[in-house]
Formats: sequence, C-alpha cells, structure tokens
Amino acid sequence: MKEIVVISGKGGTGKTSIVASFAALAKNAVLADCDVDAADLHLILKPDIKQTHDFSGGKKATIITEKCIGCGKCEQICNFDAPKFDGPANSTAERTYTIEPFSCEGCGVCVQFCPVDAIEFKDAINGQWFVSETRFGTMVHAKLGIAEENSGKLVSLIRKQAKDIATKQNKEMIIVDGSPGIGCPVIASISGADLVLIVTEPTISGKHDLDRVVELTQHFKIPAAVCINKYDINTKITKQIEKRADEISLKIAGKIAYDTSVTKAQIAAKSIVEYSQNGVKEQVTSVWEKTLNILK
Amino acid sequence: MEKNAVIAIASGKGGTGKTTVAANLAWVIAEQEEAVQYLDCDVEEPNGHIFLKPKINQSEKVKVAVPDVDLEKCIGCGKCGQICQYGAIVSIKEKNVLTFEQLCHSCGGCMRVCPSNAIKSKMLDIGTLDCGKAGNVDFVSGKLQIGSVRTPALIKKVKEQIKENYIAIIDAPPGTSCPVVETLKEADFVLLVTEPTPFGLNDLKLAVDLTREMRLPFAVAINRCGMGDNKVEEYCQNEEIKIVMKLADDRRIAEAYSDGEMIIDVLPEYKKSFIGLYENISRKLKE
Repeated sequence: MKEIVVISGKGGTGKTSIVASFAALAKNAVLADCDVDAADLHLILKPDIKQTHDFSGGKKATIITEKCIGCGKCEQICNFDAPKFDGPANSTAERTYTIEPFSCEGCGVCVQFCPVDAIEFKDAINGQWFVSETRFGTMVHAKLGIAEENSGKLVSLIRKQAKDIATKQNKEMIIVDGSPGIGCPVIASISGADLVLIVTEPTISGKHDLDRVVELTQHFKIPAAVCINKYDINTKITKQIEKRADEISLKIAGKIAYDTSVTKAQIAAKSIVEYSQNGVKEQVTSVWEKTLNILK
Repeated sequence: MEKNAVIAIASGKGGTGKTTVAANLAWVIAEQEEAVQYLDCDVEEPNGHIFLKPKINQSEKVKVAVPDVDLEKCIGCGKCGQICQYGAIVSIKEKNVLTFEQLCHSCGGCMRVCPSNAIKSKMLDIGTLDCGKAGNVDFVSGKLQIGSVRTPALIKKVKEQIKENYIAIIDAPPGTSCPVVETLKEADFVLLVTEPTPFGLNDLKLAVDLTREMRLPFAVAINRCGMGDNKVEEYCQNEEIKIVMKLADDRRIAEAYSDGEMIIDVLPEYKKSFIGLYENISRKLKE
C-alpha cells in the first residue's frame, strides 16, 4: 500500500482540484482530506456520510463560578493569558475569574494550582470526522470546530483511519489532500508518507513558499516531487522553478496550463478529468502517471 | 482612519489575495500620510516582503522556554510527566526523564510541579522576527523555523510589535484554527478576502463563523470577480454582510502578482479601489 500526500506551502495553488482528479484516475484508492480547517474536497466528491465521530484532541479548563474565590492564582500562573477577571459575583467574592476559551491551550496548570479546586478540566470536543462513500471510493474527512486547536492530532487520526480502511478493503493506494503552510497540520500530514507531491505556481510567492516546503520534506526525510500548476501565467518563473528543482534533485511530476475550465469544473462539482475535454485533462492525467512512476 | 486601529486581512481559503490586499492597502494608507504598519502574521509562508520590498534594519531570533532537566536533582516522582498534556516530558523510570522539545507548549507546568527544583527552562529557537521600513510603511514579519510547530507563539511575538498611534494592517494566515485565532484576537476589524468559487464560498462561510464566534466586526472583499459564479455575493446579501471591495479577474493583476509587483504601481487604475477600501473600512470602524 502506498500513500501520496498532496501539499503546497502556498494556499490556492490547486491542491484540491488535482487531488479530486487523482481520485478519479486512481479508481482503487482510499481518499483522505487532511485540510481539516478549510476542507473543500467534499465539494467535488459529494461524499455520502456513513459514519460520524466526535474528535477530542485535548482538554479545556473552565472555572466553576460558585467555587471561585477571585484570588488570581490562575491569572498569575497561566502562560497564555487565558484567565480573565470578568466573572460575576458569588457568595465569597465580588468578582470571579473566567477562562477565555480562545486563549486556553488546555495545559491544566491552573487546574493543578487553584487553591480551592474551582477549575474543571474536561475533554474538549474539537471537531468531527467522517467515513463516507464517494463515486471514487471511500473517503475519510473531518470538520475541525470553529476556532479549535489540535488540527495536527485530527490529521494523524484521519490518516490512520484511511490506512485501516485501505488495509480492510485491500486497496493499493491512499491519496491525501493536505493543508497549506509548513506548521503542525502539514507535518502531521506528511510524516511517514511514501511520496509528497507539492503543487506550486509560477509566482515569486509560489517559488518562495516551495523552497520552504521542500526544506520541510527534507528535514523529515520524505520523498517529494513537484507539479507546476498554471505554468503559463509566468513562463520565466516556471523555468526558474524547473532549474531549481533540478539543482536540488526534486523530481518534476509535470506542468498544467492555466485553464478556465478548472473553475468551471469546480462549479459543476466535477473533477478536471471528468469535466474538461481539452489539453488540461491530458496534462493532469500525465501528472498522475508521472507521480505513479516516481512512486515506483 | 482612527489611530491605533488594528485591521486583520484574513480568509478561510489560501491564495485568495490576502497579501495583495494587505500590502496595497498599507501602501495607500501611507500615501494618505497616516502612520501605518504592515505585520505579516502568515509566519509559515510569509510573502509580504516580496511585494513591499522592505529594508530590514532589525532581525532577531524568537525563542520559547522549554524544560531542561537536571537529572542529579531529579527524585523520579513523575509529577512532570503527569501534568504535561502534550507528551513533551516523560518520566520513564527511576530518575530518567525524557523531553520532546518540539511538542512543548511552554506552559511551565513541569517546572512548577517539580518538588526538587530539578527543571529549569532553556530557550528554543522557533523562528525570526524582522522589522524595517518599506517606503513609509513600517514593516514587521515573522518567519517560522522549518520543523517548528509553534506558529501561534511566533504570531504573538509579531503582534507585540504593534505600535501606538499607528494603523496596523495584519496579514493573517489561511484557515480557521489556532494560528488564525491568535492573529485575529483583539483586532478592531477583520476583512475577509475571498473569490467567487465554490471553494471560496465554503471557506468564507467558515471564516465568517470564526469572526462571529470571536465577536469581531468584519466585511468581505471579493477578488477575481467574474472568474466563477454569483453565490458569494448572494450569500453575503442573505447574511447581510457588507462587501467593501471587488477586484476584477484581470490577468494583468495575476501577472503583476507573479512578478512580485504591487498592483497600484503597475496598474494605477486600481489605486481608487484600494482608496475606496480604506474609506469603507474607516466608515465601518466608526459604526
């Protein structure tokens, strides 16, 4: 079983459109959307949700107003400025503390040191994850709750579920849609993958972000290849990216031209290879075939 | 515009034009002879410097505190491992403690619970902070070190550079999770940049939910108008969300962007769009 993870560094380079086409071309893969805080793959794959599960990646502190004596110990020891002296009065204090949920990182230090045990520490529900059927096979995806954390843990969980399903269904491949950036959800998406396909675009920003994401794959020693999307927007920078890839032995999985049918396919909720009939369909297919070759 | 206003430019979806809007807006504000700062909080992939081309006059490493265990003093009680919620410190057997610095959130819990005072803090690099000037725009940017996951901690450092009596334009990271929350905290106004496509709309809805959850005033800018459908505008109408700017789907903008050029320099006809945006935000701030 092989796992391909599609990431980009810079956002909006076309990851999800390419993953949807790969799903259509692979025919025998399990799909996973690991862009958990702005998931879009479901808009093309129209999953029929079969299972829904809550996800808890950690705990959150809450102050029990009736017990709080307003001593300020929590505020003094919290490294995240989460306790606020804005709670209502109770029988012992004129004002009490509350925990600002956006700031709480669930470390539990206040819980440990509160002199009157006024702080509860409960599992936080950070989101939900789903197992669904799509026209291209089983898909595992998730929705991180609004303003929630622990996206890295959710990503790891989705990849594990996808792997278990692939084993059970005897599938040869897992295709993963990753998130932009180089931080915790991206590291969680790529660790241990068989191949990372980086989708970039020929802009100075794209090139800059590509360098950083390549460095990330090298740091974690994960094989990587690059695909240049909308390559004809700036052929000069496309050449620079090709040259750079050559210098650092980064394999090139192909180029895709800018084509308005890519947006039209998205509006029609179709993958590029289902919707388009012209060159862009062939280019995406060629990127898929090259990616498979690199994987071998 | 009100001095000290903090305006965050965000979006759920990546690549919708946050940096283009933030950089050009900051430039236009400077041209109105107002004191303005541009702060790049997209610390995983900062790109503002490509367009604003600042002269950096101060660059410093950003560090966070992580535990440093003195095994001589350790009595092997295991309290450090019990309080740590992140698996960053583990007491494995008698007097042997392992630390995993990259998992640490710097809460300080282990140091506080240790009864034998065996844990001190040492500093771990998480990235760099650059400050400088781009024309009359005060420029600040954070750059996360490769392999670090301490995105919110670095964003906090970038935001500490917000100056008094300046209008602060903050370029936010994409998404809706902790790095974005850290960036938007205490903003006076959030501008959500989107594009008229199904992905743009889906991620805009998530970003709207986030700003509402955080009780922040916000409005929408639509980039690449004409590339897709009308659903973003319909959604904004139904939700009574103000659209404060529309930028056309103009291949020349994409080309200028690709070369790292400022739109208002290369295509001066768009300057009035950014001045209009500035006036619209000023008006919204007074409401």
